[in-house]
Amino acid sequence: MNRATIDLWVGIFFAAGIIALMLLAFKVSNASTSFRADREYTVTADFENIGSLRPRAPVRSSGVLVGRVESVTFDTKKYQARVTLKIDERFAFPKDTTASVLTSGLLGEQYLGLDAGGDEEMLKDGDPIKITQSAIVLEKLIGQFLFNKAQEGGASSKQ
Amino acid sequence: MIEATASGLRLLGERVIGGIMRLGYGGRFFGLVLLRSATSFRRFNLTLREIYFAGVLSLVIIVVSGMFVGMVLGLQGYDTLQKYGSAESAGSLVALSLVRELGPVVAALLFAGRAGSAITAEIGLMKATDQLQAMEMMAVDPIARVVGPRFWGGVFSMPLLAALFSIVGIFGGYLIVVVMIGVDAGAWWSQMQAAVDFEDDIVNGFIKSVVFGVAVTAIAVFEGYDAPPTAEGVSHATTRTVVSSSLAILFLDFVLTAFMFMGD
Repeated sequence: MNRATIDLWVGIFFAAGIIALMLLAFKVSNASTSFRADREYTVTADFENIGSLRPRAPVRSSGVLVGRVESVTFDTKKYQARVTLKIDERFAFPKDTTASVLTSGLLGEQYLGLDAGGDEEMLKDGDPIKITQSAIVLEKLIGQFLFNKAQEGGASSKQ
Repeated sequence: MIEATASGLRLLGERVIGGIMRLGYGGRFFGLVLLRSATSFRRFNLTLREIYFAGVLSLVIIVVSGMFVGMVLGLQGYDTLQKYGSAESAGSLVALSLVRELGPVVAALLFAGRAGSAITAEIGLMKATDQLQAMEMMAVDPIARVVGPRFWGGVFSMPLLAALFSIVGIFGGYLIVVVMIGVDAGAWWSQMQAAVDFEDDIVNGFIKSVVFGVAVTAIAVFEGYDAPPTAEGVSHATTRTVVSSSLAILFLDFVLTAFMFMGD
């Protein structure tokens, strides 16, 4: 086996391997579609309950990806979850935007939904989102339903 | 009775101490290979030759097995997922299992069988036929000239082979699920891209394959260098290479997986 042939084959091998890595990165994984805005602004939102929202979860408005959850911390003064989000600067939202924790599909991942309000002023970097809606916890929902049922039953027996 | 117990204990102790000493010798040897690997880069054509033998010649087995593994994953994944009405998720199942686990692990196991055994047999035979001693006589360092290029050749080849294995496997799954069964191609790719994360999955899989490459080739060159210079010794060393590097791959895979995917 002479040297030129070896060089050629090793070159082909390296090229194929690097193409495979590139395909893995850009065709298979989310590196191409993931949210990579150069300029983004940060807003915070406080929630009673965030369910299983994680950092890097998508932030969507009308189903369109507009940003990502940067971090989730617990505020010990208000005993609420504080979610920091990074939103692409191309998308401006009014000050009275509502943030709610939603689930994609029946069993899907949780994401943050933004519903724009009607305010003239727009959210700026560092602003808080005042109106928030917590994640729906199934146990609480069922508990509430049973409680209502029991109340109805009690009311009808008294009549 | 006491005699038998005592000799049994003695044997156990000998085995354990022998094993630990071998581990220490192996570690020292590994350090020596790293220290003297400048030659492998200064005379890079030596390393290129080993990349040819370890990497290029393993391509066929890697590509063919990757294809079949991907096709099986596609079939099995589709069969189970369509019961829950989410046949499109077969794409993310195939991609995640290949990129995270099967790609690096199966490619490394095949690499240990195909290239690791060959490295051990070659170095062992060089030792058995006194070629290594002859080199020392000529003031050529056999670790720098023989062992280093083989080690680095394997280390360079392994991640590329694992990446090729994964990508061919995903293509095999695509052939079965999209082309043959007829699941929508757009759904297949978009579900895959939604599920596979670049840093968590691709980069971690790549790190795994690098670690496996280092482990397999380090074991292979050590077993070859350490082999008793007889026909029997070389054959035993070759067997040991395949057995211990396969075990090392599976053990390291567990450790790495625990580190990578449990911190969430």
